[in-house]
Amino acid sequence: MSLLSERIPQGMQGALQPEENAPGRAAEAVLLVVALVLGLGGLAMVGYTIEGKLPDSFWMNTLVLTGLSLVAHIVLRIRAPYADQVILPAVVLLSVMSLAMITRLQLEGMRLTDAPRHLMWNVVGIVVMCVILVLLRDHRLLRKFTYTAMLAALVLVILPLIPGLGKELNGARIWISVAGFSLQPAEFAKLLFAVFFAGYLVANRDTLALAGKKVLGLQLPRMRDLGPILVVWAVSLTVLVGQKDLGTSLLFFGLFVGMLYLATERGGWVAIGLSMFVIGAFVAWTIFGHVQARVDIWLNPLDQELYERDPGGSFQIVQGMFGMAYGGLFGAGWGEGFSTRIPFAFSDMIYATFGEELGLTGLLGILLVYLVIVQRGMRTAVGVRDGFGKLLAGGLAFVMALQVFVVVGGITQVIPLTGLTLPFMAQGGSSMVANWVVVALLLRISDAARRPSALPTRGQVADVPASTQHPGVEGAIPVGPGASPANREAARQNMPAPSDEKTQMHAPIRDQGGDQA
Amino acid sequence: MNTTLRRLSAVVMAMFLVLMVSTTYIQYVRAGELNEDSRNARKIYRDLGAARGPIVVGDENIVISKEVDDDYGRQRIYAGGKGEVASMYAPITGYFAVTGSVSGLENANNDYLSGRADSLWLDQLQNLITGQTAEGSSVVTTIDPAVQQAAWDALGDYTGAAVALDPKTGAILAMVSKPSYDPNTMAVHDGQEASAAINIAAATTPVVGSLAGEERRSSYSVLHNRTINALYPPGSTFKVFTSAAAIESGKFRADTKVPAPNGYTLTGTQTKVNNFGGYECVAGQSEITLTEALKVSCNSAYLWLGGKVGAEAMGDMFEDFHFDEALEVPLDTTAGTYPGVDNNEGTTTAPIELTGMGQGGVLKLSPLQVAMMTATVANGGTEMQPYLVDEIRDSSLNTVEKTQPDVLGNPISSSTAEDLRAMMTEVVNGEGGSGVNAQIPGVTVAGKTGTAEDPPRQPTLWFTGFAPAEDPQVAVAVVLENAGASTEETASSALAAPVAKAVLEAALQSGSDR
Repeated sequence: MSLLSERIPQGMQGALQPEENAPGRAAEAVLLVVALVLGLGGLAMVGYTIEGKLPDSFWMNTLVLTGLSLVAHIVLRIRAPYADQVILPAVVLLSVMSLAMITRLQLEGMRLTDAPRHLMWNVVGIVVMCVILVLLRDHRLLRKFTYTAMLAALVLVILPLIPGLGKELNGARIWISVAGFSLQPAEFAKLLFAVFFAGYLVANRDTLALAGKKVLGLQLPRMRDLGPILVVWAVSLTVLVGQKDLGTSLLFFGLFVGMLYLATERGGWVAIGLSMFVIGAFVAWTIFGHVQARVDIWLNPLDQELYERDPGGSFQIVQGMFGMAYGGLFGAGWGEGFSTRIPFAFSDMIYATFGEELGLTGLLGILLVYLVIVQRGMRTAVGVRDGFGKLLAGGLAFVMALQVFVVVGGITQVIPLTGLTLPFMAQGGSSMVANWVVVALLLRISDAARRPSALPTRGQVADVPASTQHPGVEGAIPVGPGASPANREAARQNMPAPSDEKTQMHAPIRDQGGDQA
Repeated sequence: MNTTLRRLSAVVMAMFLVLMVSTTYIQYVRAGELNEDSRNARKIYRDLGAARGPIVVGDENIVISKEVDDDYGRQRIYAGGKGEVASMYAPITGYFAVTGSVSGLENANNDYLSGRADSLWLDQLQNLITGQTAEGSSVVTTIDPAVQQAAWDALGDYTGAAVALDPKTGAILAMVSKPSYDPNTMAVHDGQEASAAINIAAATTPVVGSLAGEERRSSYSVLHNRTINALYPPGSTFKVFTSAAAIESGKFRADTKVPAPNGYTLTGTQTKVNNFGGYECVAGQSEITLTEALKVSCNSAYLWLGGKVGAEAMGDMFEDFHFDEALEVPLDTTAGTYPGVDNNEGTTTAPIELTGMGQGGVLKLSPLQVAMMTATVANGGTEMQPYLVDEIRDSSLNTVEKTQPDVLGNPISSSTAEDLRAMMTEVVNGEGGSGVNAQIPGVTVAGKTGTAEDPPRQPTLWFTGFAPAEDPQVAVAVVLENAGASTEETASSALAAPVAKAVLEAALQSGSDR
């Protein structure tokens, strides 16, 4: 599956020339309307099914969400006019559907559901996104905070372990309590780690990839190059095992391995990383009773003894399975299921809740929406010119895919169930705000990726008018569809590597100082 | 980095594909299994919320759903709430509790009652188009209320069971198990109350007769349907089976002389099994005909005969009768047991000799199986598949399914059946026959008594028979669990035969009314 054509087809080259006016983002506007209609339609149906009337909060929700979508759309038009037009509507769709579902659970009096607060966190998330888009004009500015991000991430992971501040919920010590709000610092740490890995790896990728010894055909890095990353990784894993949160640990680790692979292009490291994880997982399984319990449940959830065990039994996951089975192909319909029977139907198990009411069709749709968001992120990474942006966008997109995989895989028994939340859908402020920040960063990078540039891209070289040619590509060789294979090869060899070099030419960040190596 | 980015997005694609497959697996492939899981309360909510169809006995809706004003919307009512009648039908109807516990036809025919069976697609389609709520179908049973009532009354306060079949079709005319329970107490909408009622019934085992005066309780609780889910040593009723196997072997006929001493020492052992009282079966005769042996229920003759027929022929016949199989009638029945058939119990001569007279510890049958044996004799050797549901009617009372009588097997030839019919007629009508108490004036009854020892409990008493012998309309098996006195040779005739007689009479009366 190719995300970006290697060469631009004939006749399209013109599209890459700088435009006089920024695009109107009409596609985004239309998609936003579709997303709002689908989500708010769900909210209306929920009310009609359960109470026979529109939910009391319907018009307020409609007003707030439509208004905020409009604001976000306008902010994008002004501050990031070239940004991807699909990401925002996709995320809005998931958020509004989630609000409808949580409202539905609250209408049936499910304990701990709080739709108004969920709406509030959505508002906060969108506002934060807009603020980031306004204030952060260039994602490369984040490179200045490479090591600050690392420190902040470490502090965030350690916070829940501080007595009095951290609190244990459902067996995992991943929460902190500040001024009446529960916070899941790991959600923000995820973001900061992505920034750190991107900044660190882009500066050190060549040394990491090339400077080490070769063992068994595998390029190993020098210890001193890998040191900082290993320390971060070990500390975060240790702390997370101490917090008994397998999901987050898997998430950080996957992010680390994924970004390392992106940066170094060394497949062998993925193998090393995966085997390290398998060993770590096996050790955790041998040592920790709660890990063994999770694995037992994963392998045999319907076992009567495990089903009845409380706490730590399979009741929750089996109720989720029952819910999904009840939904069948087309679902029971909004408000027609019995999802309040599923423990944590509004957060950890919201995927099963959707399965019960919207059916297999609905779930496949939701998965596709996530896939669109992630692949748009990946495409952004392919398109952006600077290495830091590539790593950050790729890392953020991958970590979202991984999070969806861990949550949904846990519910559908591909892997043992962990305590992660489904981005944009699960009730919970930290996850909501952190993931809106991810969206803000992806949009910012995609604006940079798609913004027409005076710089040539591959294949464009031949048709660029001489006046706009960069001095670096003088003597370009024609490589259009009509060009001979020899010409193409020559062009390939002449072509400057589309990465850091250009970044440096156009972004004198290093001259401004900063804390990167 | 673009190459690695593309590879990583391919990995992401693969991850999502895995999720789509796993979601489809749970939600589509395994959905049926998960929806039927007894722990899945959604099934109950859905089935209760829908207009659940009635269970019909005769012309009467014995179980109905009535609209009520609570969360569930409908209340299941058994026999109009009359405890005694509801208890009489409880082994057939079962109960439907909000806790997810369902039994009897409520369970076995749930798809019809809830209107979700595939054969109701026309109904479902109409509902889809007209927007009506789906309504469950009626399940019409084969039970004849007059026969059921007669069996219920005749069993009185005994712990036991009675089952009556139409030998020509296999239709079950009566199915009584005592003591019983009132399903109305389990259908209450308070989950805890329902649970308590079920748990109490499941823990209640009736007191049965014991030899030593110590209190003994039945192995089966009130919730067990004793006609199909309780196994007992068949005792002397099994002599019909042994006779059948002997005649089928070709080495014996109804008038073949067999040894009939006053006791029999089991082959290869020192164990001597005496006849009742230790007398010769027929005073002054060391050899009697097979017919006479069955008539007086001669233990020594049948011990000898069991050994002569042998483990293989006896086991084969057991399988030919499908006694080693659990059937769906559609209630699930329990398979009987015989030495060496699907088990490793002893098949040396001694234990097989014991099975010849229906004893030996391993050999056990349910009352329905004993009735099927008798019905096969009555039906000329053709064994019919027993069934409890006559037809299914959709919500507009159109018949959507009707049970066609089905042959289960032909375990014995018609000539063997003819011999056995004559022999069993002698049991009831012959001079000195062991089953004289089952005689009905003006009707020839064929039958066999049984007194199965079950130490340290009192013997279990049996009677099985059919009538009229010339043109059988009904076959019956009655069991009185541990109700006999060991010293009383005629216990089964005195206590079980009158119950069977009452059932036969009611069936013949009801049949001639129809």
